[in-house]
Amino acid sequence: MTAEPLLRMTGIGKSFLGVRVLHGVDLDLRSGELHALVGENGAGKSTLMKVLAGVHRPDTGRIHLDGAEVSFEHPVKAQRAGVSTVFQEFNLLPERTVAQNVFLGRETRTRGMVDDRAMEKATAALLDDLGLEGIAPWSKVRHLSVAEQQVVEIVKALSHDARVISMDEPTAALADHEVEVLYRIIGRLRERGVGILYVSHRLKEIFDLADTITVLKDGHLVDTVAAADTRPAELVRKMVGRPVSSVFPEHLEPRGEHVGEVRLSVSGAGNGQLDGIDLEVRGGEIVGLAGLQGSGRTEIAHALFGIDRFTRGEVRVDGRRVDPRSPQQAVRAGLALVTEDRKAQGLLLNQSILANARLVLDAVLPFGSGRGARRIPGILSSLELVARGGHHQEVQYLSGGNQQKVVLAKWLATDPGVMVLDEPTRGIDVGAKQAVYTLMRELAAAGVAIVLISSELPELIGMSDRLVVLDDGRIAGELPGDAGEETVMALATGAPPESADDETGVEDPRITSMTARSATDGAPTTGPGDPGRAPGGDNDNGGSPAHREEAAP
Amino acid sequence: MTAETRPPGGRSASFLTALRGGTGTVTVLLVLIFVVIATQNPSFFEGPPLMAFAKKAAPLVILAIGQYLVIVSGEFDLSVGSLVGAQVVIAARLIDGEEALTFPVIGLMLLFGLVVGLVNGLVTTLLKVPSIITTLGTMLILFGAVRYWTGGAPTGALSENFRVFGRHGLDGVPVIGQLPWALVIAVVVTVGAILLMRSPFGRSLVAAGDNDTAAAFSGVRVWRVRTLAFVGSALMATVAAILIGGFAGVTAQVGQGLEFTAITAVVLGGVVLGGGRGTVVAAVLGALTVEALFTLFNQLYLPSTIQPTAQGLIIIAAVAYASRRGDLRLPERLRRRPDRPDERQLDSSRR
Repeated sequence: MTAEPLLRMTGIGKSFLGVRVLHGVDLDLRSGELHALVGENGAGKSTLMKVLAGVHRPDTGRIHLDGAEVSFEHPVKAQRAGVSTVFQEFNLLPERTVAQNVFLGRETRTRGMVDDRAMEKATAALLDDLGLEGIAPWSKVRHLSVAEQQVVEIVKALSHDARVISMDEPTAALADHEVEVLYRIIGRLRERGVGILYVSHRLKEIFDLADTITVLKDGHLVDTVAAADTRPAELVRKMVGRPVSSVFPEHLEPRGEHVGEVRLSVSGAGNGQLDGIDLEVRGGEIVGLAGLQGSGRTEIAHALFGIDRFTRGEVRVDGRRVDPRSPQQAVRAGLALVTEDRKAQGLLLNQSILANARLVLDAVLPFGSGRGARRIPGILSSLELVARGGHHQEVQYLSGGNQQKVVLAKWLATDPGVMVLDEPTRGIDVGAKQAVYTLMRELAAAGVAIVLISSELPELIGMSDRLVVLDDGRIAGELPGDAGEETVMALATGAPPESADDETGVEDPRITSMTARSATDGAPTTGPGDPGRAPGGDNDNGGSPAHREEAAP
Repeated sequence: MTAETRPPGGRSASFLTALRGGTGTVTVLLVLIFVVIATQNPSFFEGPPLMAFAKKAAPLVILAIGQYLVIVSGEFDLSVGSLVGAQVVIAARLIDGEEALTFPVIGLMLLFGLVVGLVNGLVTTLLKVPSIITTLGTMLILFGAVRYWTGGAPTGALSENFRVFGRHGLDGVPVIGQLPWALVIAVVVTVGAILLMRSPFGRSLVAAGDNDTAAAFSGVRVWRVRTLAFVGSALMATVAAILIGGFAGVTAQVGQGLEFTAITAVVLGGVVLGGGRGTVVAAVLGALTVEALFTLFNQLYLPSTIQPTAQGLIIIAAVAYASRRGDLRLPERLRRRPDRPDERQLDSSRR
């Protein structure tokens, strides 16, 4: 196929605040092709999509559509040119009807008045075209399911006469049978010659749908391959294969009294988002929680901390059963949580370093806070916090690394027995990262049980004694601390291991049930007798982890 | 955020912080107004006139402290004016000139203030009604209820003992002549509030106003501290009502518009709407500035009807000044109110 590509992006580069997130990425998309974009969290996939959508303007590079150079300064310009994007977060107005949403901003008018009936007719035609009868153009979006809302987004894109549609994790919020509908729509779109750019973490989907796969890593283009010429394991290797850029500090000699004791134990715990969580962390141990974004890592941290409580199962801290209903109770039980979003959840940006550092003491132990606060200057200096304005400086003027040290100091002041660190090194410089790693080792040696959550696999592997891999709110498996990145990624994405990479490797129930079904098949619901769905496709079915563990080496 | 951005100045940072917080600005304003007053009326600083000013300013100072507690936690209290009016009317009707009833009725007033504060706080935090609406509601409810109860015109009379607090003072003090009880009460309340804001509760209150999500994640029971702030505000309004009742007596208009005067005072002091910034001292200075300005208007023979207009201008100018400094975070606050941290943030969770 030597035909001119429908869309050609060349040398796209983009920086945010001096940090380069895209380094000269090239991408071609042909008519009727599904081009998958894969990579780890933060690889630059979403940024590339936003550049194409006109949300971000690239610093370098060009975009050609149908051979002509275009520049999208604004999302509307991209839409007019026929490039539509379906983002992860829907941009629908819940109180408007489907038709009103589809034609939002360019309503059909008759004699100057909005003509709802004409819009409904046009929307019905578009829905018909995709073979969807279930959605009424006049129903309010609020009443639609997540999957139906996604369909509305796609119809909205189509109504712009889109020739290129990019989709960011379109299946992230969908149940299995809803994914099938999406697959069918994608098939229809391709028949019509629409080029689709598809971002997903789920390798099964990618191998099921994609013609071409582009791998991004740290903003660089790693490779663009035909889907037929590659295998999941190879793809995973390309996604994570990177030079080891930092050295992690060695274990220290344990000296604390609690070393070796089980300090945190979670058994059979679950709530609306998690299921069957079993976790045991001993004093002196660092257990890493691996998994993709949204796999339930942060949800576990929040459940332990009384924010989204576990509704079943039990949690014990130092042998005592605890059921924290609020962070306050969690702190009293000996837990600490360094939240992932430092600015939104961790800091009072307008307050001083000292005020931030003693906040937990003030909030949880109001009568002992004065005594506890006396330790804070010592903790701050042991963290090597450097602030030119002294401890009365407002934290908004500190660098990311120093801000994180303030957050750590706040929790260290409470002398926690179990510490959960959610992305503790996100957005901080190398020096501060080293300080955080060293601190974790010291805490572990002192007998603190540490749960580390991180999207950076080298960090997770480098620091953890054991890894618990999560997928879809369940534990997909447990790996030793020296597991390879490929093994972790394979488990986290539900990809088959290297040994089983032929057709039989594709055993996600979602996919098997898909292939068993013809594209023109009617209703999107799945019958109870569907054999492909039996092992754990449903949300409350605990069968899935075991199923995936078998697939792991 | 790779490089450290710092406020200019370095060593004099704490002084600059004070300026940024608005304390400096309001101090300058207050001094300016006092200077103008002195030029108009050189005897103003001769003791008795100054004490008269203090007596008149004390209720507003106390109201501003109450309003400060609520605003610094990220909320508003519009009900204090109506509450002052209601309390005075209640006092007059229940005491009805009976000296023996003075202290029992004051106790009852404090209890009533406590209840109003609790209602304001709990409706705002637990039912998640924005405080501007909650307290607008209580303002109207109190206003109407008092009118209904009294049939339009307040009846009864305050006792002499009751009026002592707002009217009299410690006589025979050198230089100033009489030390008004109102001033003593205002000073005690101010010192108490300063100490309160240094306590764990005060720190938690400011934390809730600065970033309620982070505060909640750190174990602050945001709903609880905010509710207590409303209770504090209502109790301050009750104390102010005792002073105002004593000072000015019972009329149907008593307390009217005081909520806006108090908010003007607090905003003028540089306490940032939306919470998390500002000090008790700044709020007190703001109240003194507003009162001094009104005194100046009197001296210039401007009609008192101009006062609301001046307040309006002050409030707009003060908030514009704050938002130019980038301090104002009001719209965002009103949109998003996670009183518990369980409300989803913009982060990863999207299962």
